Amino acid sequence: MVEKQYIDLFEQYRRELDDNSVEGLNRHRDKAFEVFSKIGFPTSKDEDYKYSNIVDAFDDDLGLNLRNIPIPVNPYDAFKCDVPNLSSHVFFLINDRYYRDAQNNEPLPETVFVGSLQDFSQQYPDVFAKHYAQIADYSDNGVVAYNTMFAQDGFVVYVPKNVQIEKPLQLINILRGGVDLNVNRRILIIAEENAQVKLLVCDHAVDDVHFVVTQVTEIFADKSAQIDYYELEENSVKVTRLTSLFSEQMENSNVVTSGITLHNGYTRNNYRFRLLGEHAEAHVGGLAICDKKQHVDNYVFVDHAVPNCLSNELFKNVLDEQATGAFCGRILVEKDAQKTLAYQTNRNLCISPDARIYSKPQLEIYADDVKCSHGLTTGQLDEDALFYLRARGIDKEEARLLLMVAFTRDVLDLIRIDSLQERLEHLINKRFRGELLRCGNCNVCKYFD
Amino acid sequence: MANLLQINNLHAIVENKEILKGINLEVKKGEIHAIMGPNGSGKSTLSSVLAGNPKFEVTRGTVHFNGKDLLEMEPEDRAREGIFLSFQYPVEIPGVSMVNFMRAAVNEQRKYKNEPPISASEFLKLMREKRELLGMDSQLVNRSVNEGFSGGEKKKNEIFQMAMLKPKLAILDETDSGLDIDALRVVASGVNKLHTEDDAVLVITHYQRLLDYIKPDKVHVLYNGKIIKSGEPDLALELENRGYDWLINP
Repeated sequence: MVEKQYIDLFEQYRRELDDNSVEGLNRHRDKAFEVFSKIGFPTSKDEDYKYSNIVDAFDDDLGLNLRNIPIPVNPYDAFKCDVPNLSSHVFFLINDRYYRDAQNNEPLPETVFVGSLQDFSQQYPDVFAKHYAQIADYSDNGVVAYNTMFAQDGFVVYVPKNVQIEKPLQLINILRGGVDLNVNRRILIIAEENAQVKLLVCDHAVDDVHFVVTQVTEIFADKSAQIDYYELEENSVKVTRLTSLFSEQMENSNVVTSGITLHNGYTRNNYRFRLLGEHAEAHVGGLAICDKKQHVDNYVFVDHAVPNCLSNELFKNVLDEQATGAFCGRILVEKDAQKTLAYQTNRNLCISPDARIYSKPQLEIYADDVKCSHGLTTGQLDEDALFYLRARGIDKEEARLLLMVAFTRDVLDLIRIDSLQERLEHLINKRFRGELLRCGNCNVCKYFD
Repeated sequence: MANLLQINNLHAIVENKEILKGINLEVKKGEIHAIMGPNGSGKSTLSSVLAGNPKFEVTRGTVHFNGKDLLEMEPEDRAREGIFLSFQYPVEIPGVSMVNFMRAAVNEQRKYKNEPPISASEFLKLMREKRELLGMDSQLVNRSVNEGFSGGEKKKNEIFQMAMLKPKLAILDETDSGLDIDALRVVASGVNKLHTEDDAVLVITHYQRLLDYIKPDKVHVLYNGKIIKSGEPDLALELENRGYDWLINP
């Protein structure tokens, strides 16, 4: 059993785990351990994990840096971000740890907290306790329980009532290690009533080892709050990335998320949105461009618990060579959630005959006055459009590129930072041209070409 | 003077069905030819084959354009050599902006002629000039290619592209279909303004109506994959009055 070594490890190193973290995080370990011991990791026998076998990744001999042995790294040297100059507030997580020497950041409003999860739990114990491991329900998910057992630090954005941070924040996750490594990190974003914040998270492996990452993100948008959460994955083919995003929204709040995978190894993203206050809106985008034997699986669960909310999902995949993808979109409209608007779209391009996509919409509707829709298409490039472009003198390869970039356009349109949209379009263009063979500017993937 | 377009005994099939059954046609620089004929006679197939649509397969015959073997060329090279097809049903391409599309097309053509890419200001000037020629709204060129365009706007957009690319041979495939009389006038006057002694136009149409505005030098009747009659412009008028039956069942 794959889980056994981690159960043993947890019991054996419980002390080190606690000593290198703080009480706020430690207090959840026992319960998470209990759940994990009982249910373990999901396997491909579980309906929701049918197309992603995540267990094998844990079968490898992975190290965990539970004693917080310092990892010598200067993130400014280690890599050059592919999205430069987006923000004057740049933060780093080195594996799961908050990097304390971030430079040249402009000051944020005093009441705002951006920084380490450990520090936050001590400075704002009540706010922390109210949200940490509360939004991210681990009672029925082995990956989230596992993460909660082992997580020792992470990143927090806390924006109090009526504070709006105009410039986007940027968090750069750097994966660094000399041996195969398991990293378990947390992200917590809280926007109180009428607060606003935008965060871009860039995910990046800089060493040539097998990383297995679990990431749990908790988002809480209080009344009339506005949160933008964008993720850009540029990992090496040796990274297994398992993310779980949980979002809870109150009245009139507005949350936009978008997960863009430009380069990866094996990716599974779970999303769970709960609309708990009327007139809340969730816009959920996702785009993956995969080739080689890369794999990406998005599982999205939107729960409409109250009336008059809107959710809109748009997920697109472009799969080439032997890449595989999966999408499952579950929408639950609870009995009282009248006047719900819930839309879901999944579109896939399979460029090569060997690429595979598995897609499944699931709508569960218990209210009778709602508008829900789902649309799903999988196909190749439109031959008529291709000919139209060629008939104007654009050569076949260029025409294909234009159409592939165009295919991604509406996912980018969901992003509410213009400069990020433009930058992503540029990166996507490069990716399709094969100029982004490896993850961004790091030196890892050259070993695999 | 050598022919700009020389078609000899052209046969073509689509999905194993022979549509063109031996077309012969010669077009010289400066000429306007009209090809008329009833539905299903092969008019659109002829235009698709000339533009190089891979859905159609040429089984026999030759086509020479400016002395070069056209059938050997990829569609994009035919365009760069100066063939332009105004589509009967222009394709909507969401996500590709008109501006990027036209810049790519213009630059591909320039590259083919060993010319440097067009400068940004020159390009914008060219766009504005040609847009005004067709009386197109400036908003249209900021949108995705044909996306949400009305039938008339799509046809105007075809002629706009023709104006941008200045082809040697423009093939107008049913450009008049779906146009109201005002749009028809604008489109036709655009074509007339663009036409010079150095290029030729092939007008494919059902109706004589368009030929009131674009005056052909020659009129051909295509039926069942062959040109069954060629004549002077008054042939079009005669067809309008008598229909096709007298030619088909003489």
